[in-house]
Amino acid sequence: MLPDVKVFSLLSIGRHPQSGRARRAEQDARAVELGLTLVGRDLNLVHAGSAQQDDSVLRQYAGMGLPALTLLEQEENADILPSLAKFLQNNQAGIVLMGVRAESGESSGMLPYLLAEKLGWPIVSRIADIVDIKEGVADVLLALPRGQRRAVQVALPFIATLDNAASAPRQTAYGSGLRAKIEVVSSESTVDDLTLNWQVSPAKPRPKRMKVVKAKTAADRFKAATAKLAGGGGQVLKEGTPAEKAQAIFDLLLEEKVIR
Amino acid sequence: MTDSFPQILRRDPRAEWIARNRLHPLHDSVMAANGAEVRGPSGLLRKNPHVIGFIGPNGIKRIDRANTSSGLMAGKKRSSTTQDVELPLHQVIDPTGYIVVVPDMVGGRLTTHDKDILGLGHSLIKEYADNMAVVAVCFGESKETQFELAGVDRLIHLSSAEYEGFSPEARLAALQHIHQIYQPKHWLFPDSINGGTDLASRLSARIGERAAAQAWQVSIAQTVCRGASASLDIKRETPRILMLLEECGNAINETRHEVLPLTLDRFEMTDTRIEDNGLVDVDPNAVPLAEAEFILSAGNGIHNWEQFHACAKALGATEGASRVAVDDGFMPRARQVGASGTWVTAQVYLAVGISGAIQHMQGIGQCDKVIAINTDAGCDMVKRADLAVIGDSEEVLQALMALANERKGVLLDDALPKEENHVA
Repeated sequence: MLPDVKVFSLLSIGRHPQSGRARRAEQDARAVELGLTLVGRDLNLVHAGSAQQDDSVLRQYAGMGLPALTLLEQEENADILPSLAKFLQNNQAGIVLMGVRAESGESSGMLPYLLAEKLGWPIVSRIADIVDIKEGVADVLLALPRGQRRAVQVALPFIATLDNAASAPRQTAYGSGLRAKIEVVSSESTVDDLTLNWQVSPAKPRPKRMKVVKAKTAADRFKAATAKLAGGGGQVLKEGTPAEKAQAIFDLLLEEKVIR
Repeated sequence: MTDSFPQILRRDPRAEWIARNRLHPLHDSVMAANGAEVRGPSGLLRKNPHVIGFIGPNGIKRIDRANTSSGLMAGKKRSSTTQDVELPLHQVIDPTGYIVVVPDMVGGRLTTHDKDILGLGHSLIKEYADNMAVVAVCFGESKETQFELAGVDRLIHLSSAEYEGFSPEARLAALQHIHQIYQPKHWLFPDSINGGTDLASRLSARIGERAAAQAWQVSIAQTVCRGASASLDIKRETPRILMLLEECGNAINETRHEVLPLTLDRFEMTDTRIEDNGLVDVDPNAVPLAEAEFILSAGNGIHNWEQFHACAKALGATEGASRVAVDDGFMPRARQVGASGTWVTAQVYLAVGISGAIQHMQGIGQCDKVIAINTDAGCDMVKRADLAVIGDSEEVLQALMALANERKGVLLDDALPKEENHVA
């Protein structure tokens, strides 16, 4: 049974890491995938951007199985936050899904937070899955580093950003993407004048940090250059029964909190 | 004077020169005073073979046949133990401003990323040429003992229960309160998946300061950030809130700092709308080996493989293996640790029956704690290990498994209601 909640997935234009061509953004596609598994074809896709641009990337999102998507018309370099917030509020969104960071532009990852602040909704970042939605509360699985997961309950409506640990997006069908209807909603653009003073250039490779040896004497430098193993500081247990030795190991594991 | 500085060798260049010059009129007397040359009763030169040479810096006796150092050095012993040098204390009295760093504190300790950011805080203060202090804000339990060496001038440690686990809203409320009271010049956060980015973004949205994300070159005037999935460099004015990439600054290593606690008076906690239900058990073997937190690794010393797998399951550890175990067909290739396998970053690496070939040691270079179980006390793995157990791996694993199962049973008993337990 599909939950009675309006789910919105926000779309952005991605950038292929090697070729630099526009593509379906990886995490946004995951947001669409999660939305599709939650509510199927009732999912709403929203993109805020220029209507003049090539819409082939947006059609790639729609090609995942949706008949239409909404385009909030904005000028280039506009701050999309006010119109997006207004749109989501007017449409009584329950869950808003998106990627953690855009693959183009500033990619500060601030949009979900600013939206949440503006709408007064809670935000959960880097989720892997939405397990269940019941009585206005969603059970969400957060993706933590090192493959760990955390279960969290959030009250609807909320904003969630998708981690790469979320299930991979389905393939997009070119034909149905072409047939999808793009609904252009004209909205007010606010110019983001702070960005006007920025100097943008292609990324320079960052300098690698050198290994600096802080040695006062030649002997120390020689040692640092030739030393094989750091070692020596460790505790060695030779005596004792296997049970005692195992206890020592177990205590360390507990202290490091790797055993829960 | 010399007694108070035992490590300083006082040389007498003139006496050394005389000792080198056998034709010098004072040569005999100087050498006699030094005890290097003794004439026997019959006038023969007697050499004491035991006083030849000196103890080198590694504690090994050196005989200087080329006579590059003087005879006078011979008698003196250089102490091989290097004394711990007390680093100079960096004090900030009545700071005029603060730079607040919110470290990730993964596992309760400062990461290298955190230390770099603390270092960057100090370099910013140096640029400002002002009497400012670097404040670290730590949430939850802290195991860090070296705050003073990492460059923490002031410490705000919030360890009460509401900041434990996943608590972004409580933490945000605390940061907002700190912002109101101390009005920091800058907020520095690690741009990391360990919570730094999340907290920084929340604070930035709450106080309405536009943050710079993925910053990697920061001066007081300008900041260079990465943008568009790290394909662009954006140069902009340095904002108040910064999310910093790794290696953005140099960690402090030449000064000690005071680590004075800063108090935070009580403040209103906003109601939380996100409820933490704790960590979820994941299949440890589904976690990629490169990012597994706890690895139980098997080598040539394992004979009972069923027991090894059972032990990994009981401990909840991801399985790894050395090259030998993989080549012998006991473990799949994907589980190999080290060169031509996976370079792991585990917090705890438990090596069973692995002697530690250099290719394997490279692979575990980034592991935090290494535990070795081995029969050979002299192997490289034991030298590297923080805790080494010498003994038969099968017996130790058996005992370890028993402990793990016992603990699981205790936890299960706690979780179950009492009556149900009796019925069962």
